[in-house]
Amino acid sequence: MYAAIGAGLSVIGAGIGIGRIGGSAMDAIARQPEATAKIQTVMIIAAALVEGVALFGVVVSLMGL
Amino acid sequence: MNNPLVTPELGLIVWTTLVFCILFFLLAKFAWKPILKAVKDREASIEDALGLAEQTRKEMVALSANNEALLNKAREERDEMLKDARTVKDKMINDAKAIANTEAERIISSAKEAIQNEKLAAITDLKNQVATLSIEIAEKILKQELATAEKQRSLIDSAVGEINLN
Amino acid sequence: MQPILRGGKLRLMLKNNFIKTLVFSILSLIFVCSTQAQDYVEITPKHDENHKTESGDEKYDPIPAIMSHVADAHDWHFFDYNEHSYSMPLPVILWTEKGLVTFMSSAFHHDNLGHHAVEKNGMRFIKFNDRIYQLKDNAPVEYDIEYVTKPLDLSITKNIFAMLMSVALLFFVFLKTANFYKKNGAVAPKGIASFMEALIVFVRDDIARVNIGEKKYMKFMPYLLTIFFFIWFNNMLGLIPWIGGANLTGNIAVTLVLSAFTLVITNINGNKAYWGHIFWMPGAPAPVKILLLPIELVGVLTKPFALMIRLFANITAGHIVVLSLISLIFIFKSIAMSAVAVPFALFISVLELLVAFLQAYVFTLLSALFIGTAVAEHEHH
Repeated sequence: MYAAIGAGLSVIGAGIGIGRIGGSAMDAIARQPEATAKIQTVMIIAAALVEGVALFGVVVSLMGL
Repeated sequence: MNNPLVTPELGLIVWTTLVFCILFFLLAKFAWKPILKAVKDREASIEDALGLAEQTRKEMVALSANNEALLNKAREERDEMLKDARTVKDKMINDAKAIANTEAERIISSAKEAIQNEKLAAITDLKNQVATLSIEIAEKILKQELATAEKQRSLIDSAVGEINLN
Repeated sequence: MQPILRGGKLRLMLKNNFIKTLVFSILSLIFVCSTQAQDYVEITPKHDENHKTESGDEKYDPIPAIMSHVADAHDWHFFDYNEHSYSMPLPVILWTEKGLVTFMSSAFHHDNLGHHAVEKNGMRFIKFNDRIYQLKDNAPVEYDIEYVTKPLDLSITKNIFAMLMSVALLFFVFLKTANFYKKNGAVAPKGIASFMEALIVFVRDDIARVNIGEKKYMKFMPYLLTIFFFIWFNNMLGLIPWIGGANLTGNIAVTLVLSAFTLVITNINGNKAYWGHIFWMPGAPAPVKILLLPIELVGVLTKPFALMIRLFANITAGHIVVLSLISLIFIFKSIAMSAVAVPFALFISVLELLVAFLQAYVFTLLSALFIGTAVAEHEHH
């Protein structure tokens, strides 16, 4: 139960983070369509890092399971 | 920490370390080294080929420029030659014309001379013939005049009569 | 003719995909079905025989099934049929105080609750929740937690077996690739080499060269390539039910070892500037330097620790999500639920293909980044 709440909470954070990354990447791509490939790479890395932080939360929830 | 998921097992750690080390050394020796070398070699060869192509392109540009210059030179030379030929031709024609003129004049003058000579010869001949004719006529007349002895006498008489004996 | 042909190809592809989907969903179904018969006791020893029958009619709890699937095991379990478990036994290797003990995991007769003790060299071993314990000599039949010790378990478990298979696959693929170049010289690659070369060049140019620098990247290429393909292959194999299925890169012990390698390689290659930044941050006032010292020292460990957790959590989370979706069928006790669960599970599985590559990429990228900071020349200080 608490594990689920914890996982949910970490997902909220990751959702906001990845959403912001995606939105900013969209803006950047709209501004500089020629840099799309580069922006995408950086975006995916940043998203993976944010996701990693969220998964830390999930792991901590798992530890309490 | 009671969840088995987040407690690493020693056995798995030992095995993973061992297997990964073996994998790393074998792949590094037998796979990555030749693959990376081949990729690098190929890239180098491609770079070389590209460099060569660039160099060839430059050479080609230089060569075509050279060709252009050569062509221009040839064209100029041809023009020059044509010009020369034209002058030579003109000169030849003029010379020929001059020679022809002088020849013609010479022929004409010689013809005129010949005509003159012929004319003179003809006149001389005519004169001779007239003279011959005159002599013949005179002979005939004389013969008739002096056909008889009386006539001869009368003539001698008249001639003796005319002589003045001084 | 061309568009018609293409249309035909597309239809064939769709059909192919459909078959794959079908096969996959059936496999997924069996994958979960096979664990349904098992039962688990949450707390350790002191067990009674009627516990198993008691929990029969209760609400289905997916957690034990999911956890047993993402965890390691001592045999390769395929399916259960008529109350009988079909699985491949794997060797158990134990290091006890009396020396090495080996036997096949089939000696436990699929017992996972500590009921069946295996006698070997005068020692008794039990298996409980996929971990092997040794019973003390004086343990009674109704033993308790005080009577068990944990010997050093060096068994070829499911994960280790999967790892050995993946290593064999890696050798096969890359020795074949290397062989291609050996045979043909530095020509344009064909077949398996053309596919792998693109990835090798990707690792070299977009990971190593960018993050480590032109001068030193070649030294670390073998490590980065090995770790990239090891993680990627195992991520992918883990997604295949039955054949792969082992959650190897989602096992914390494995990710621990991998990140430990990065930690060691980073620090033994650390130059003066790197250690200078850790112990005596240049350009900061003295009190700040003292304050930064412990933070930087902790940072040395947290970076690989984050690598470990990230890979473990990403892959395990993927497995858990797929299994949870399939578990919906059993929670709702209705086959109709599979109409929802299977497409969702398929969607997540496809997403996991991306994650499998991405996590291999991120792990390698961050390893390269850490190595890059350790070997970087700091001219501007």
